[in-house]
Amino acid sequence: MSSAIATPAQTTPAAATPVSQPPAAPTPRGLRGSFGSLAWRIFKAAAAILAFLAVWEFAPRIGLVDKVFLPPFSQVAETFVELIGNGQLWEHVSASLSRALLGFVIAVAVAIPLGIAIAWYRPVAEFLNPILELFRNTAALALLPVFILILGIGETSKVALVVYASTFPILLNTISGVRTVDPLLIKSARSLGLSPVRLFQKVILPASVPTIFTGLRMAAASSILVLIAAEMVGAKAGLGYLITASQLNFQIPEMYAGIVTIALVGLAFNGVIVAVERRLSRWRVNT
Amino acid sequence: MTEHPKLSLQHVTKQFPIRGEDTALTAIEDITIDLAAGEFLVLVGPSGCGKSTLLDLLGGLTEPTSGAILLDGKPVTGPGLDRGIVFQQYALLPWRTARKNIEFGLEAKGLGKAERRERAEHYLDLVGLRSFGDRYPHELSGGMKQRVAIARSLAFDPEVLLMDEPFAALDAQTRESLQDELLRIWETTGKTILFITHGIDEAIYLGQRVAVLTSRPGRIKNIVDVDIDRSAEDVRSSEGFRSLRHHIWTLLHHEVERARTQELTAPADDSEVVHV
Repeated sequence: MSSAIATPAQTTPAAATPVSQPPAAPTPRGLRGSFGSLAWRIFKAAAAILAFLAVWEFAPRIGLVDKVFLPPFSQVAETFVELIGNGQLWEHVSASLSRALLGFVIAVAVAIPLGIAIAWYRPVAEFLNPILELFRNTAALALLPVFILILGIGETSKVALVVYASTFPILLNTISGVRTVDPLLIKSARSLGLSPVRLFQKVILPASVPTIFTGLRMAAASSILVLIAAEMVGAKAGLGYLITASQLNFQIPEMYAGIVTIALVGLAFNGVIVAVERRLSRWRVNT
Repeated sequence: MTEHPKLSLQHVTKQFPIRGEDTALTAIEDITIDLAAGEFLVLVGPSGCGKSTLLDLLGGLTEPTSGAILLDGKPVTGPGLDRGIVFQQYALLPWRTARKNIEFGLEAKGLGKAERRERAEHYLDLVGLRSFGDRYPHELSGGMKQRVAIARSLAFDPEVLLMDEPFAALDAQTRESLQDELLRIWETTGKTILFITHGIDEAIYLGQRVAVLTSRPGRIKNIVDVDIDRSAEDVRSSEGFRSLRHHIWTLLHHEVERARTQELTAPADDSEVVHV
């Protein structure tokens, strides 16, 4: 690296140094190794999951656990495909997803602006901190009966619970993201005469994106968690309902299919957020 | 234009209140200095001479307790694009490429997209980073980052360029090559430059005049005219350079000593205040 700077840039030999360097740059970010090592990496990533599925498959078959309570994985997979085929699974997934997404979007719309306000205006922080601290430490599920009493057993109470549960991770991470922006960047932008709004838009917000996204990921996980719990208590559709209803009707493979679906939905949700985050923070050293 | 200086500091004093005490801390006191248009002036001082305070004042981020700062005869009332600041730690936005960082100041100026791009390209070229426009700061070396920062400050065409120990974080070779680069840029653009440093060699090598500051509070102790032939080979070893260095070193040495004794005695003073 230092070789490029040591050469005075205005002379002709120096021109060769910058020209030769850009092609070298994509290498570490592109294909990191040969095809063989890529296959090895995929195998390493999949090995633990394959082992887990193998245990699930064979433990019931050789009689380590009761086949009735833990059907082999192949049987669960069969039921899973069946549920996809007859449209039942989609019905439950879409019910759960629409609740989770609606709640999540509302939480984002509330928590990010609120977090920014708290981080930026000290009086707002001093005023709101005690009550937020109180709410934050009240487990969302403990409030489920309250939400049901007030908002009824329908969609509203479930969405409200998701909003509640996903607001805090987003809020807290937004606050810390905005508070920890490098003061030098703010100073440098202020010295250019940027208005407060511009300063926010061009410096503070982009600088806090990585931290805010950590909050979004945590919120996505907790929104699904509380939603499933709420659906288990009272719902007519949704993955939580599918699981409890199957258990009550002794449709054990269906129950497991529901659980597997929840895991997959959680993974997909997280994956989408990670992908958006990658796109927004390509400039970071580690991505 | 010719009747008044480009940048003029008139009896500038800045005091900060100390928590729990009646007396205020005087960071800089009665600084009076004029910069002619196109002049390269270097301020050199020991730690605690109020360099950053002075820079904040010049940048319009704070206001002097007394005295005035005039740019082209008009008082400085706040931050603005008529002054460009280059910081020691570059202050580049990590999520923007080199080119977009240079465009940052131009956005503040309200230029259109095409013109921003064109100007950014021109200044990338000026600092010798033509093919590095698409790199992010973390993909650049320290010297390159500082070149981008200099290009960014020049791009919006400020009247004065303020530089706060810009090369202090760089290794010796990079620093020397950037000093040459800066002199070349200064000659090409004809900018008025106020450069702050604690390096005596750097001050003499760059400045037409070197102002030596005292420590705590910062006052101007002496202004030394630098009259050396920079085109000679290894200027830093020439007779003229060495005698200037010795002269400034002697001026500074006393201040460094004073700063040290102040630091050592300061805690004792504090404890007395607490007991009383």
